[in-house]
Amino acid sequence: MTLEALGFFVAVVIKAVLFSVALLTGFAYMTYGERRIVARMQWRVGPNKVGPWGLLQPAADGIKLLFKEQLQPKEAKTFLFVLAPMISLVVALSAYAVIPIDKDPVNIFGFNIEPWVANPSIAMLYLLGISSLGVYGIILGGWASNNKYALLGAIRSSAQLISYELALGTALVSPLLMVGSLSLRDVVAQQLDHSYLNGDGGWLILAQPVAFFLYWTAAVAEVNRAPFDLPEAEQELGAGYHTEYSGMKFAMFFMAEYVNMFTVSSVATTVFLGGPGGLPVDETQGLVYRLLAHGPHWFLLKVYFFMFVFIWLRATFPRFRFDQLMRIGWQFLLPLGLINLGVTAVGVAMQWKSYQFTIAVMSMLVTLVSLSLLNRKPQHH
Amino acid sequence: MSQTMITGDIVSRFTQEQLDQNGYTVMNMGPQHPSTHGVLRLVLTLDGERVVDCVPDIGFLHTGIEKTAEVKTYNQALTLTDRMDYLAPLSNNLGYSLAVEKLLGVNIPERVSHIRVMLAELQRISSHMVWLGTSGLDAGAMSMFLYCFQDRERVLDLFENISGVRMMTSFIMPGGLMADLTEGFLDKVKEFLDYFEPHIEMYHGLLTGNSIWLNRTKKVGVLSAEQAKDYLCTGPVARASGVDWDIRRDFPYAAYADYDFKVPVLTEGDSFARYMVRMAELDESVKIVRQCLTKISPSGVYRTDDRKVVAPPKWEIARSMESLIHHFKLFTEGYAPTPGEVFQRVESPRGELAFHITSDGSNRPYRMHVRTPSFPHVQVMPVILQGHLLADVVVVLASVDFVLGDVDR
Repeated sequence: MTLEALGFFVAVVIKAVLFSVALLTGFAYMTYGERRIVARMQWRVGPNKVGPWGLLQPAADGIKLLFKEQLQPKEAKTFLFVLAPMISLVVALSAYAVIPIDKDPVNIFGFNIEPWVANPSIAMLYLLGISSLGVYGIILGGWASNNKYALLGAIRSSAQLISYELALGTALVSPLLMVGSLSLRDVVAQQLDHSYLNGDGGWLILAQPVAFFLYWTAAVAEVNRAPFDLPEAEQELGAGYHTEYSGMKFAMFFMAEYVNMFTVSSVATTVFLGGPGGLPVDETQGLVYRLLAHGPHWFLLKVYFFMFVFIWLRATFPRFRFDQLMRIGWQFLLPLGLINLGVTAVGVAMQWKSYQFTIAVMSMLVTLVSLSLLNRKPQHH
Repeated sequence: MSQTMITGDIVSRFTQEQLDQNGYTVMNMGPQHPSTHGVLRLVLTLDGERVVDCVPDIGFLHTGIEKTAEVKTYNQALTLTDRMDYLAPLSNNLGYSLAVEKLLGVNIPERVSHIRVMLAELQRISSHMVWLGTSGLDAGAMSMFLYCFQDRERVLDLFENISGVRMMTSFIMPGGLMADLTEGFLDKVKEFLDYFEPHIEMYHGLLTGNSIWLNRTKKVGVLSAEQAKDYLCTGPVARASGVDWDIRRDFPYAAYADYDFKVPVLTEGDSFARYMVRMAELDESVKIVRQCLTKISPSGVYRTDDRKVVAPPKWEIARSMESLIHHFKLFTEGYAPTPGEVFQRVESPRGELAFHITSDGSNRPYRMHVRTPSFPHVQVMPVILQGHLLADVVVVLASVDFVLGDVDR
């Protein structure tokens, strides 16, 4: 092994560890943040006793979960029961490997540090592929628990994930078609290096608003969050697929859910909101401006904005019913995604500019909405 | 369909063979389940997630209140009634007190009747707040639960203000009220109404216009007018199915005849209709309480002056031998109505609540039977759940709004 390859290998391992630690810390404080924010939205206070402003609450929760008795139902399949949360967590963490948190490598002490763990040319395929593996953790966990509530939750979850995976995929294909690459780094570069009016760049949410809407809806369903949180619908199923889990095994499912939330938020940021892009690049400005104009902090800001939206949705909406959820996925999101994809493909073939995509996609949306309004049957109540 | 019984346990109306043949699953929901509103146990037979059959199993909260009342004096038995429908103790108190007063033949001062109406309507608001909050929660709208419970807290604060107790007040008692209104109580009620009224609008905004909520409740758990009558459904459940039946209007008690209010009736009979009926009832309750405020003086008589039924005031006991004897007799052996029986119904937040009390001339009820609104509402569950999805079960359960303490007694 050459020295260079060894250096690359070590760098990747270090980065992977750093990303995992960051994600899990992010998870811990996300639970705290969620509880505080939801509490505010619900006219209450939220955790505020452990440490200043309750900031040590996640640590207290972690310690509690670590020392909890590892309960396991008598008839549970031990191997799968233990394996399931591991699959969930490992899959969730590995998905994050291809997310670039900045555009270009940074040169620190002569080392060229790349702000991503890996940058395969098929990053998007890898992401979609590995995130759909997450369903194994859920369905195995639900099945191995030997509990009807857990099984129902697991079945709901797998059906939901498979259905929304399609809508998610079609929603992501449109912007990727415009970029012409599956590499997330290229996606970011395209958005930041080209202009919106004169080129095919600019934040893709501008050129692909419909795709963004579809992606976000499907993503909320994909991570089982309200109003699509049917697999763990507390009021119907106890806790869904993790009803029988306790202690760290439960915590792993919980971590996986939050890491998945981070992942879909990061993908939304990277693909639609220009990733680390912030203010326009202007070399004439001072050093401070150039340092702050774009970079990982913008990336984090956008990711946390999406995380906030997750919390906001949870505090606002009732839950869909299963058949309604399926109808939305198959009869609304997927067809709309395909039509959007068709329009985008035509645009790519005709080498449209970004703003022309916006016009085309919006006029498509307006046409579809007016058509559906015209075809609406009069409702009798 | 035969009832499979294993050691007295309700399993399913299907035999194991039938279950295997059709691929049905039997799922046990409750008595410990987040959405059974107390300790109801439902044995669901499911085809996938679709409910084929549902057998309610009650009795987990059986406290023997009717039987216990037979060994209590009339005044002692009052406190038992608080614990039946624990979300509307004052309505129970009112029903019981009216029944005992009818048995005794005492006259109640007008002011007391108006205060009773006000308290009963405030109780209706607080009970409906629990219903609204929990039905929101059961459909996944968690914030609704917390908003509604904070409004309920305000009502309970009012009750605490007059009686010192938040829930089991026993404030309405045979012969009148436990005490006079506290100073400034009517202002506090007005303050609450001003605070609460905009909230009804807010809840309409959060749920009534929300398409997810409409999808979850419309055409879910449909109860026809015939079924409602057959199963003796009353209250909002019956009124949502088109049965125009309200005890407050049809058989006025207390001072309800003096009040101007509408009885909301809808015909759809689904969960959404039940929701809309109760929301309209909230408006009407606010209206009634506002009318009460104009009719009630801040202080005055708060109980009958019949010394055989209620104790004389403290200052009188200190001065008059006769009063002291009244006080002593009342708290040692109570009062003994003439033999006979009475039937008194009131409109509790859940429907028709009726007390049937038989007296044998002693100081204790010979028999007290309570017709509670929740019991028929549990009976109706298998009918309206047929063919719905598991997720609908909790929504329908919440929309029917029964209290298990009221069912089991």
